[in-house]
Amino acid sequence: MNKAAHSAASASSASSRSRLARWLISGPPLVYLLVFFAIPSLIMVFASFRYAGDYGGLAPIFDEVGKLNLTFENYTRFASDFIYTAIFLKSLMYASITTFFCLIMAYPLAVLIARSPKKHRDLLILLVILPFWSNFLIRVYAWMIILGPQSGLTRALNAVLGVFGVQPVTLLFTAFSVIVGLVYVHLPFMVLPLYANLEKHDAALLDAAQDLGASAWQRFWRITFPLSLPGVYAGAALVFIPALGIFAVSDILGGTGGVMIGNVIKQQFLETRDWPFGSVLSIVLTVAALGVAGLAVLVSRPRRQQ
Amino acid sequence: MINLERLKAVNKRTYALWVVAVAVYAFLYVPLIIVMVYSFNDSQLNAEWVGFTFDWYRKLFHNDEMLGAAGNSLMIALIASAVSTVLGTMAGFAMHRYKLKLLPLLVLTPIAIPEILIGVSLLIFFVMLNITLGLVSITLAHIAFCIGFVAIVVRSRLSGMDESLTEAARDCGATPMQAFRLVTLPLIMPGVLAGALMAFTLSIDDFVITFFTAGANASTLPLQIYSMIKIAVTPEVNAVSTLLMALTLFLIIVASKLAPNALRSS
Repeated sequence: MNKAAHSAASASSASSRSRLARWLISGPPLVYLLVFFAIPSLIMVFASFRYAGDYGGLAPIFDEVGKLNLTFENYTRFASDFIYTAIFLKSLMYASITTFFCLIMAYPLAVLIARSPKKHRDLLILLVILPFWSNFLIRVYAWMIILGPQSGLTRALNAVLGVFGVQPVTLLFTAFSVIVGLVYVHLPFMVLPLYANLEKHDAALLDAAQDLGASAWQRFWRITFPLSLPGVYAGAALVFIPALGIFAVSDILGGTGGVMIGNVIKQQFLETRDWPFGSVLSIVLTVAALGVAGLAVLVSRPRRQQ
Repeated sequence: MINLERLKAVNKRTYALWVVAVAVYAFLYVPLIIVMVYSFNDSQLNAEWVGFTFDWYRKLFHNDEMLGAAGNSLMIALIASAVSTVLGTMAGFAMHRYKLKLLPLLVLTPIAIPEILIGVSLLIFFVMLNITLGLVSITLAHIAFCIGFVAIVVRSRLSGMDESLTEAARDCGATPMQAFRLVTLPLIMPGVLAGALMAFTLSIDDFVITFFTAGANASTLPLQIYSMIKIAVTPEVNAVSTLLMALTLFLIIVASKLAPNALRSS
């Protein structure tokens, strides 16, 4: 064997070794996520075309004569039954309102943190993240106490309303309490991307605008806000998507009227046990969520190139 | 003179910002503080302060269902965080080192889609395969959603690392495995540990995915809290919430000591 052939052989064995290393490293997590994420998701898509079993779950794929037992029925049912569309629209509305309130609460906070001295920033950001790390149910439950009929807030509010002759109001188990809960559990998702964006702004731009005679509002609307749009879109997607699919907040704070699409999905899977229809609802939810995420990426892309 | 006017205007705006910021921080913290305070309130109702008591904690430590659920949560979180840390570190390393398409997609999608979808699709999956719903199915599900978070933390740690250190080790004759074990791994260790702690807190706090994969006989702390909230709210919920918050806070402090930047980058 001559020298060139020898080095070629060792190079090829080295490259096959590195290919092997690549598979050894990426293989196990890849296989795990394929088995416990990708395949179940595909099975759910498949399940949406099947019939529900007599005792819940799924009917056999093949009927008695061995024919494939698949149907579009679940989709036509979703399309024709207005009640599901209505709940879906209501969930979209709740998620939109939540996103809006998160935005107007998070923005001033993110601006303040971005403009405060560097040594304070980490602490201020940590203070935003900290509540987010306590259990999600506890954070929702806390609002049950605050908005409950016995709470100081409700009684004080009704005392004030009573002075003006207004009938007492209930705060818990209303659309209001659901929105408060949704805003509360999602607020940090809005603050973080906004802060990450605002922190990078060049303060010289604002100084320049001021020297050119721009008022505070003009500086905000014409410089800070347009530059922060990628952060706004990222935050909006991070709030909107989970808020759309949630069921525990509306379950705990919403009462009977506060049903969202997540509650219906939960009900289809665990109570009615109509898995094919539950799968249809889940797929519609995924498409809506990914659509919003895709939209956020699309809208923010041209800005990022500047 | 003009500068002074300008300074005053700036101060006024900063002042307004601070007012809003304090209000938002209050919005974030007051609910949690109320839960903590009421866990020491000597009253059945979460309404008026009656007096100080440890009774709710005492009741909690005699509540066998709650203790069993806490034990389950702890065991699941330990196993899920251990396995997902190994798999997530591999995924983070692979994503940093190689140009991959499928793995990043599989790592990031579970983080980006509504949790309920992972829950229901795993429910169908486990039932189809005749895997009994319970502690095992919960653990398998938790590993699946924790991998992505660990991978992101590890990858961000790797991208902040000086590549020449590993190259130097290779030049000195280390095999790739030795270079990884002796140089890369110790350097990314804080990121790996932060990822592990993150997986642990995610697992011990998870409600939605657990809810669908638990079946009828297994319970975890969040499931137990959920049923307590749904059936009858007693200040026992406040006590268990306070303990859980204290535990999470402790883990966060440990994590932030290990990897000051890992938590922010996630």
